[in-house]
Amino acid sequence: MLDDSRRVIVDIKGVAKHYGIGETRVDALRNLDLTVHAGEVVALLGPSGSGKTTLLNIIGCIIDPSEGQVNLDGELVYDNLWLRGDLRRLRLDKIGFIFQAHNLLPFLNATDNVALVLQLAGKSRAQAQARAQELLDYLEVGHRARAMPALLSGGEAQRVAIARALANSPRIILADEPTAALDSKRAGIVMDLLRKLAAEQDACIIAVTHDEKILDRFDRLFHLRDGRLEDDKGEGK
Amino acid sequence: MNLAWRDVRHNLFRFLLTCLGLGLLMTVVLAMMGIYNGLVSDALNIVKAPQADIWVVEADTQGPFAEASKIPNDTRDAVARLHGVAQAGSITYQTVEAPFEGATLRLYVIGYERGRLGGPQTIVAGRGLEASHFELVADAKSGLTPGDTITLGRNQFQVVGLVRDTMNSGGDPAIFITLADAQVLQTQLAPPAARVQVARGAAATGGATVAAVIARLDPNVDAQSVAQTVRQWKHLSALTQAEQEEILIKSVVDKARKQIGLFLGILLTVSAVVIALIIYTMTMEKLKQIATLKLIGAPDRTIIALIVQQSVALGVVGLSLGLILILTVKDYFPRRVLLEPVNALALTGIILVVCVLASGLGVRAALKVDPATALGG
Repeated sequence: MLDDSRRVIVDIKGVAKHYGIGETRVDALRNLDLTVHAGEVVALLGPSGSGKTTLLNIIGCIIDPSEGQVNLDGELVYDNLWLRGDLRRLRLDKIGFIFQAHNLLPFLNATDNVALVLQLAGKSRAQAQARAQELLDYLEVGHRARAMPALLSGGEAQRVAIARALANSPRIILADEPTAALDSKRAGIVMDLLRKLAAEQDACIIAVTHDEKILDRFDRLFHLRDGRLEDDKGEGK
Repeated sequence: MNLAWRDVRHNLFRFLLTCLGLGLLMTVVLAMMGIYNGLVSDALNIVKAPQADIWVVEADTQGPFAEASKIPNDTRDAVARLHGVAQAGSITYQTVEAPFEGATLRLYVIGYERGRLGGPQTIVAGRGLEASHFELVADAKSGLTPGDTITLGRNQFQVVGLVRDTMNSGGDPAIFITLADAQVLQTQLAPPAARVQVARGAAATGGATVAAVIARLDPNVDAQSVAQTVRQWKHLSALTQAEQEEILIKSVVDKARKQIGLFLGILLTVSAVVIALIIYTMTMEKLKQIATLKLIGAPDRTIIALIVQQSVALGVVGLSLGLILILTVKDYFPRRVLLEPVNALALTGIILVVCVLASGLGVRAALKVDPATALGG
């Protein structure tokens, strides 16, 4: 059972996002609150156009909210002092992304795909390679370290993508349909792995998913409807 | 980790194929440069070959390379007697077409007095002229070899030696014959025409004129003052070597230089557009990867470096292939292709600038990519 005394990693208060003005104004998110703790694995559910991707983009420091506060691992982002480079650095240091289609760079092998993130963060090549190999071994794809993405199976590629997301030991892992390209057995394995990682690394995982087979693997489910958020008990904003 | 190199290595065949295409374009650019250099060099070689200081020509003419010049044969004796003149020699120039081995050779005939100024400088095969008549020394580009015989006018000439890089500004290879033979070649008519002239009572001209008299001066003698002395003879004009070269460049080579320069400009523009299009296409194919790079925290400089480095690599490899190709095939061109290291350096500089500018289009597209594009299917 979830322990609410654990550290808050994502704390969103009164966040709204509007596009357009006047009659063409679209409210993608309305006065939305969300708190996610370390070790938690939560799902964002909702129909297409409900605002899931917008929320993921705001937490991922990709787009700024029109209103409200976003606190990520103790840092209040999107106030006037944050520059684009600062947000990039925050993404690099504190946020890991897992994509629906693994999005590995096709011209780098598995190790280099993982090591790239570490080198961008300032690690030496040797350090980055060692840490990448360690992560790939941990995710049981170490034997495919030299393989190019095109030669990896769907499951292997997704594990390498997870290794890349974990490379800088992020506090927040954002996953966009992480199991969409996998069969139910592999989807279950990936979810178990994410849960284990969240617990071990004291990170939180926020996933957008439509995959009903894996919903029981999440600590909490949030439903987005017309830009408003409800938790699995139908509460919240 | 160099992303540009990794991407190139991943698509090596396609990259090399693109470089080959660009290399062929660079070959044409270098060929144009080489042809222009060859044109100027050939034109100047002919003027520089006699190593003269003064050119004495017909009054009110620009010398034998720009227009026709005819002066009396004995002018050489008058010039040789001037104060400060060390050597003087008479010289003629004319272009002939002569049959040889089933083809017609277009040759630039230089007639000179053996033992005086105006003869070939360096014989690369065979020997120089030793007989007074019917021997010739030819430029190797003519295809003639020592021992060959060729008919010029009504006489058979034997090739006794070869020189290199001696052509007129039109690219016709030069041959050297004695002044006496050259004057006969200029004036000798076919027998029926000669009979008609005799019947009309016209006197035979006997080859009593030359195109110019060239003179070498004693050390420390001012060429301008000697030229000025000659100009006082109203029927003659005199040009210093520098003036002769300038006239040749301005009046003979200038139009060709402008033409080739314009063509070069067009080729470089085409190269820039081709490079820009290639880089833009390569970037557009990588938009999702670029979005992923941005999302995982890669700074703009990493993405710019990826595009600019690939663009520069494309230019450098293309240019290198172009250089290798032109150096391999340059001797098969009908005109001399003369490439100087400074041409390769200049083109390298131009191509580097073009590549960096051309990659701007790709960089602009890459920087506009929204990292959110990486999310979703």
